[in-house]
Amino acid sequence: MEHTADWELEAWAADLPGLLEQAARGMYALAGVRLKDGPRQTCSITVQGADGESLLVKFLSELLYLGGQKGLAFETFDLHMAGYTLQAELTGAPIATQDKEIKAVTYHRLAIHQEPHGLAVNVVFDV
Amino acid sequence: MVSLKDLHKISDFEWEIPQSYRSDMRVPVRLFATRELLEKVLEDKSLEQAVNAATLPGLVGRVVVMPDMHQGYGFPIGGVAATRFPEGVISPGAIGYDINCGVRLLASSILYEDAEGRLDDLATTLNQYCPSGVGESGAVRLSEADLEQVCKQGARWALKKGYATEVDLRRTEEGGRLEGADPSKVSQRARQRGRSQLGSLGAGNHFIEVDVVDQVFDPQAADVMGLAPGCLVVQIHCGSRGFGHQICTDYVDEFQEAVRRYHIQLPDRELVCAPLKSPEGQNYLAAMRCAANYAFANRQMLAHNARRAFETVFRGTAPDWDLRQVYDIAHNMGKIETHTIEGKLVKVCVHRKGATRAFGPGVSELPEEYRPIGQPVLVPGSMGTASWVLAGTEKSMTQSFGSSCHGAGRLLSRHAAKRAVRGEQLRQKMEQDGIHVRTGSLSGLAEEAPQAYKDVDEVVATVAGAGIARKVARLAPVVVIKG
Repeated sequence: MEHTADWELEAWAADLPGLLEQAARGMYALAGVRLKDGPRQTCSITVQGADGESLLVKFLSELLYLGGQKGLAFETFDLHMAGYTLQAELTGAPIATQDKEIKAVTYHRLAIHQEPHGLAVNVVFDV
Repeated sequence: MVSLKDLHKISDFEWEIPQSYRSDMRVPVRLFATRELLEKVLEDKSLEQAVNAATLPGLVGRVVVMPDMHQGYGFPIGGVAATRFPEGVISPGAIGYDINCGVRLLASSILYEDAEGRLDDLATTLNQYCPSGVGESGAVRLSEADLEQVCKQGARWALKKGYATEVDLRRTEEGGRLEGADPSKVSQRARQRGRSQLGSLGAGNHFIEVDVVDQVFDPQAADVMGLAPGCLVVQIHCGSRGFGHQICTDYVDEFQEAVRRYHIQLPDRELVCAPLKSPEGQNYLAAMRCAANYAFANRQMLAHNARRAFETVFRGTAPDWDLRQVYDIAHNMGKIETHTIEGKLVKVCVHRKGATRAFGPGVSELPEEYRPIGQPVLVPGSMGTASWVLAGTEKSMTQSFGSSCHGAGRLLSRHAAKRAVRGEQLRQKMEQDGIHVRTGSLSGLAEEAPQAYKDVDEVVATVAGAGIARKVARLAPVVVIKG
């Protein structure tokens, strides 16, 4: 999506775990993340939100942290939810190259809405 | 969407959206722009964001927006908002993720004509000495104890380590150190990110640039600042790196609950805020000051390495290769300041997001040599185009909470810029124009193409025409290091 200064991504999926996964994949694609060849690593994280939107921001922020601090990104997402608590089993690898730095995931006009095919959301990133 | 008919023209350079435009506005919005710039502003959602900003509790006076304004997230880039202290709120999103993103200007007495043959070497050496690019680590890895000292001492930490001079600190906003920073209010996660990135430029629109003083408009002020026509200067544009990003992320998240607790209604969740006097507001203020101090130290480390690069390249060929600090100023910051509002002195929290502090002559916070002329205001242009040195005025104190513009201001999205310009072609064009370029990313270069930005000369003419800053000197780029 066009945004004057930052990046805006539209994601959609059948349900909330699917939406989180699509948004994560979109975020990696926007940043131009490419993984190293070789053995894959697994990572287990738990994220708690107050609602769907805060869960989405916190999950994507967690991925940004793992990318920035540990140099890891993920390609397989096994996501389970209980209320707004997310248990994520992630499989990925060290980042080989990355084109762009994403500073943060924002709450700007963030609203998950119901569509005929499921859920959709627009996410704005500070870059 | 705000349209032209919703704006009242005050002068050729000022427009107002009255408080009556929307029922939840607490103050009007004052926009500094020419008619031509205003029409560009109306093409995106920046004025709608300014109207949203005007709903923050405790606002005084007006929300001010600069001619380089553009759409951001929550609060527009180029916006200034002051809330009454301590009853009003503080909003992390109205300061931005890159806390204390700012600009430092260093001046030399090396003439361009004497340095021309060495500029390519200078570009390579600066690029080598000043780490830049996505996720790049800094020159030093800080211990936990050193990070605490950086948080508390800012650029003064760098002085103790031999990376700064007393003059550097005196010619930095707040002396390079904000009081009231408390590292215990910073998350473990932010600390981890902060320990590895001090002394690095980062990516995006951050840069180091060598410029030539191209034109001087106020010889007396330029002389006080040490800006001589035809001489080289260095600009450093960067902020608090992942440390500041994480602090803002942490508090925007925490404040989602705070707005419910304090019954604050907002049109956008990115504007979340807490009363300045609340524990949440106080904690954020203390953490934000840590990031601000980190950014002052970061630009100081980069300045130290720029000096090393100048020494490496010019020792033995120039009589004096020193880089003397002109000023260092933030353009993403929240500050407790006192301003005259409707004839009364009022203590406020001034949120500046993509707006530069621009204190006028006589203000006691300025170093003694700048009190007669006003504070240097550093306005980098888009890559490959001119930059400006301005000075704050009496009118900036009364009209814009002592603030002015911070750059050219984006016009095209990053994708649109990449569609319009190819990075390699842009680099070739800049090299043909005598600008030596070093970049880690050609697509990143294209995103920052001059076509993606407004004309900085027009932006500066607007703030000068409105009287909220005064022209001192114009700078032309000769070396660009882009993260």
